[in-house]
Amino acid sequence: MVSKPHGGRIVRRVLSKKTKERILGEVHEYPKISVDHSKAIEIENIAHGVYSPLTGFLTQDDYLSVLDHMRLTDDTPWTIPVILEISRPDFSEGDAILLYHKDQAIARMHVEDIYRYDKKEFVEKVFKTRDANHPGVVRVYSMGDYLIGGEIELLNELKNPFAKYTLRPLETRVLFKERGWKTIVAFQTRNVPHLGHEYVQKAALTFVDGLFINPVLGRKKSGDYRDEVIIKAYEALFRYYYPRDAAVLATVRYEMKYAGPREAVHHAIMRKNFGATHFIVGRDHAGVGNYYSPYEAWDIFEEFPDLGITPMFIKEAFYCKKCGGMVNAKICSHSEEFRERISGTRLRTMISEGIQPPEQMMRKEVFEAIRSFSNPFVE
Amino acid sequence: MGDEKESKYTTVSIPKPLYEKIKARIEGTGFTSVSDYVTYVLREVLASLEEEEKEEVFSKEEEEKVKERLRALGYLD
Ligand SMILES: [Zn+2]
Repeated sequence: MVSKPHGGRIVRRVLSKKTKERILGEVHEYPKISVDHSKAIEIENIAHGVYSPLTGFLTQDDYLSVLDHMRLTDDTPWTIPVILEISRPDFSEGDAILLYHKDQAIARMHVEDIYRYDKKEFVEKVFKTRDANHPGVVRVYSMGDYLIGGEIELLNELKNPFAKYTLRPLETRVLFKERGWKTIVAFQTRNVPHLGHEYVQKAALTFVDGLFINPVLGRKKSGDYRDEVIIKAYEALFRYYYPRDAAVLATVRYEMKYAGPREAVHHAIMRKNFGATHFIVGRDHAGVGNYYSPYEAWDIFEEFPDLGITPMFIKEAFYCKKCGGMVNAKICSHSEEFRERISGTRLRTMISEGIQPPEQMMRKEVFEAIRSFSNPFVE
Repeated sequence: MGDEKESKYTTVSIPKPLYEKIKARIEGTGFTSVSDYVTYVLREVLASLEEEEKEEVFSKEEEEKVKERLRALGYLD
């Protein structure tokens, strides 16, 4: 049996066509606020159950409980505050409001709670730093001074150029069931696959029925691989190197927070909702710079005996000349001089210069898929 | 703030010998108190019980709709 949804059931907050039309016919009756692209994506994720059991943005009690205990007030593990910030409310608790992105109504929200919050406390607890150079911290510092909590209902979705690769938890659950998979390991990524990734994924797949590759698409930093490049690269890897009946590739829209350990747990919860029973936690998972120690994201899982998804800790892979294959530090007894480590930076340089990386770094077919784009990187 | 924190916890009773046994057991582990340990174990037990409960089922109609999309996208034959 695939994983139980987090909190027991898959949340669905998508309005029926009829209700939606009625609301859109009376938009002038609602106070409006506008949300940015990343918030609009979060609303979709709530509405489709990626963040089950959340049905909306956190109210103050839950917000504080997440900061202090990494749990919702009902004791369900939850590590990342899913919040909606505004600079100044011109509506009251109890009101229904509409959330707009540009000129499109995204959702209706039932405002249950309007509260102020301490940004320093937020960043210290979530990111473990107050340093404004941290990309997650600087984001919080630029947020409005109020948070509003309450349930949302989805009216419209943002245009999604990758709709045909995007599956919702309900869909992956049906898919896994149809495939007859009972145990599924999920892999989170925002990169093109190199041999190290392949090794880790296949090492995990050895012990379960299915592999679920779930790249996150969304706003990226300059120099990151473009979304379509990541998809095409994985498609190539799937076509030539993955058993068709044991692996699935589907994307989810999500913006990285770079909250390291806390975000690793969040990533696991998202995949549990997709139906995964296992989740691969990488070295410095969801980390940035040197804010988190390499395996801090592994330790945090010890605090959640009730997470409902099993983390798989696999050390990063490298090629060992003595072993004669891809291995990791746990299974290779040889010294550093025999090990060829895969550096993301070096791969990037080779790719941008059109040089094919050696076989033990990247599959030729993957490289060719990447090189079929005139510029594989975000400008 | 202190009061608020207080109200988030409550007391349960366990036999003294059991308490002592746990206290001895957690020495030198990551658990800093018997309460921490008991909370951990209870969460683990409850979660495993919940896992055994039956999965919610969606309607046949709903499932067919999903399968249709999965077929159209090439995820299912
Ligand atoms: Zn070796």
